[in-house]
Amino acid sequence: MINYIFRRLLISIPVLIGITVIVFGMLQIAPGDPVAGMIDPTIGNFDAERIDKEREKLGLNQPLPVQYVFWVGRVVRGDLGYSLITQQPVREMISERLWPTLKLTISALIVSTIVGISIGILSAVKQYSLIDYTATFLSFVAVSLPGFFLALAMIYLFALKLNWLPTSGMGTLGGQSSFWDSFQYMVMPVAILGVGSAAPLLRYARSSMLEILNQDFMVLARAKGVREWASIILHAFPNALIPLITVIGLRLPILFAGSVIVEQIFHWQGLGTLNIWAVLNQDYTVLMGLELIYAILVLGANLLTDIAYAVVDPRIKLD
Amino acid sequence: MKQKTEEQSIENKLNSLAGQSARSNRWKRILERFVQYRPAVFGLVFIILLILVAVFAPWVARKDPFYQDYTSLKQPPSAEHWLGTDALGRDVWARLVFATRVSLSVGLVAVAIYTVIGTTLGAISGYYGGLVDSIIMRLTDIVMTFPALIIIITVVALVGPSLYNIMVVIGLLSWPGISRLVRGQILSLREKEFVISARAKGGSDVYIIFNHLLPNVLGPITVAATFGIASAILTEASLSFLGLGVPPPQPSWGQMLTDAQKLTILSSMPWLWVPPGIMVSLTVLCVNFVGDGLRDALDPRTLLSGDR
Repeated sequence: MINYIFRRLLISIPVLIGITVIVFGMLQIAPGDPVAGMIDPTIGNFDAERIDKEREKLGLNQPLPVQYVFWVGRVVRGDLGYSLITQQPVREMISERLWPTLKLTISALIVSTIVGISIGILSAVKQYSLIDYTATFLSFVAVSLPGFFLALAMIYLFALKLNWLPTSGMGTLGGQSSFWDSFQYMVMPVAILGVGSAAPLLRYARSSMLEILNQDFMVLARAKGVREWASIILHAFPNALIPLITVIGLRLPILFAGSVIVEQIFHWQGLGTLNIWAVLNQDYTVLMGLELIYAILVLGANLLTDIAYAVVDPRIKLD
Repeated sequence: MKQKTEEQSIENKLNSLAGQSARSNRWKRILERFVQYRPAVFGLVFIILLILVAVFAPWVARKDPFYQDYTSLKQPPSAEHWLGTDALGRDVWARLVFATRVSLSVGLVAVAIYTVIGTTLGAISGYYGGLVDSIIMRLTDIVMTFPALIIIITVVALVGPSLYNIMVVIGLLSWPGISRLVRGQILSLREKEFVISARAKGGSDVYIIFNHLLPNVLGPITVAATFGIASAILTEASLSFLGLGVPPPQPSWGQMLTDAQKLTILSSMPWLWVPPGIMVSLTVLCVNFVGDGLRDALDPRTLLSGDR
C-alpha cells in the first residue's frame, strides 16, 4: 500500500512540472511584460535603478530556462507575484477567494453524489420501468442544459416571480450572517452545479449496479432467501460503489469549470469571478496564479481518488 | 492454365460479393438499431433541420440580423418581429437564425481538429508503447489537470476572442479524452491474431495502424466525437455568454443571453433570453441523443461517457 502511494506520488511529479511549464509559457505569451508582475509594486515606477536591481535579483534578465527556474523557486515558496491591476499579492487575492469556491463545489459534489447514486441505483434495480426511463431521459436533459440558462431560468422563477430565494450574492448585506441566511444564498448555485454533475454519476451508478446485480453472489444471496432489498443494500451497493470513486473524483475539474459561470451569475466572490475579472482586465499574473491553483487542486484530487480506490479495492496495483 | 485463372477470378468475385453483402448487412443492422431508438431519430431530424436553417439563414431569417432599428427598441414579439427586438432594435428571430451558423460550425470544426489530434496521439501511444506511450500519457495527464472551460477561457483571452480562435482553441485543448480512448482500444487490439498476421506478412506500422487497427476503433471514435460536438457547442455558448466568445455584432446564442443577467431584462423581456436558451439546450440535447443512439447501434457493450 505504502509502496503504491509512493509510486503514485512519483508519477505526479512530471505532471506537476508540466503544469508549471505550461503556466510559465502562457505568462511568456501574454502581451506586455507580466513576468515583471513579480516585482514588488511598492518600489514604484520611477526608481529605475531599483527596478533594474530587482529585475536582476528575480533573474528577469537571464535566458528563459533560468527565468523559469527562478520563477518556480518563488512559486514553491508561495510567491505568485503581484496583480498588474490592484498591485496586491496574487497569493492573498486567491486565498481570499478559495474558500467560497470550495464551499460551492464541495456542496455540489456531495449533493450530486447523493442524488446521482441513489437515483442511479433505483434505476438499475427497476430496470426498464417507468422510473428507469424517466431517470435516463432526465439525465440527458440535465447534461444538455447550459448552466447559465438554467441559472437565469431559476432566478426568474424562484427569485423574481415566487420571491422564495435571493437573486444573487453570498449573504444579506449588513445582515447577520447566520447558517440559514447563507443557506438561502447557496441553494440555487449548488442546485445548478449539482444537477449537471449528478447526471453522469446517475448513468455510471446505473450501469455499475446492473453489472453487480448479475453477479453470481447476488444470485446466491437471492437463492438462500435474503430479502430483495437487504441483498441490494448489503451485497450489491458496496460493490457498485467502488468504480464510482473514480467518477466522483473526476467531477472536480468539471465542477470548477461550472463554478466560473455560476459564480459570475450569482455574484459569488470566489475563484471563478476572480478569473473572469482577471480575463476582462488582462491581469495576467492573477490569471496564471489561478490556473496554477486550479491545476494543483485537480492534481491533488486525482491523487486522493486513486489512493482511495486502492484502499477500497486491494486488487489495484500500478503496472 | 486459363481455366485455373478463370476459377480464381470467379472465386475472387464470390469472395468480394460475400464481403460486400456482409458489410451491407452490418450497416443495415446498425441502421435498424439506430432507427429503433426514437430519441436518436428525433435528434437527427432536428439537427438536419438546423443544418438547413444554417445554410439558408438569409431566407429563413427574413430580416438583416445586424440592422439596428432605433424606432423599435426592446419591442415584444409581433407580426413584424416574430421574436421581438433587442436593446439595439435588432430582430431577435433573425439573430437566432444566424447564430445557428456559429454553434454548428464551432461544434464541427473544433471536434474535427481534436479528433484528428487525439486519434493520432492515441494510436501512436497504444501501438508503440514504452517510452513514447509514457510521454504522451503524461502529456494527456497534464492537459487534463486544467479544468477544460477555464483553460479555454484563459487561452482565448491570450490570443483574442474571435470565431476562428474559439474553434482552434477548443480543438487544441480537448483531445485528451479521445486519445485515451483510442490508446486503450489499440492496446487491446495490438496483440490480436489479425494484427500479428499482418505484421508477419511484412505490413508496415503505418499500414497496420490505418488498415487494421483504426477501422476497428472507428465506432467508439464516432460516438465520442458526437458527444464532443455537444460539449463544444456548450463551451462556445458559455464563452459567448461570459462575453469572452464570439465578438459582437456577430450573433451567437450564448451571447444573446448575456444581457439577461440584468434583472430588468430577465424579468420583463423574456423574448430576449428564452428562445436562445431553448435553442442551445435543444441542440445539445439532440446531438447527445444521436450520440446515444450511435453508441447503442455501433456497439452495445461500450460504455462511454457523454460528458467532459
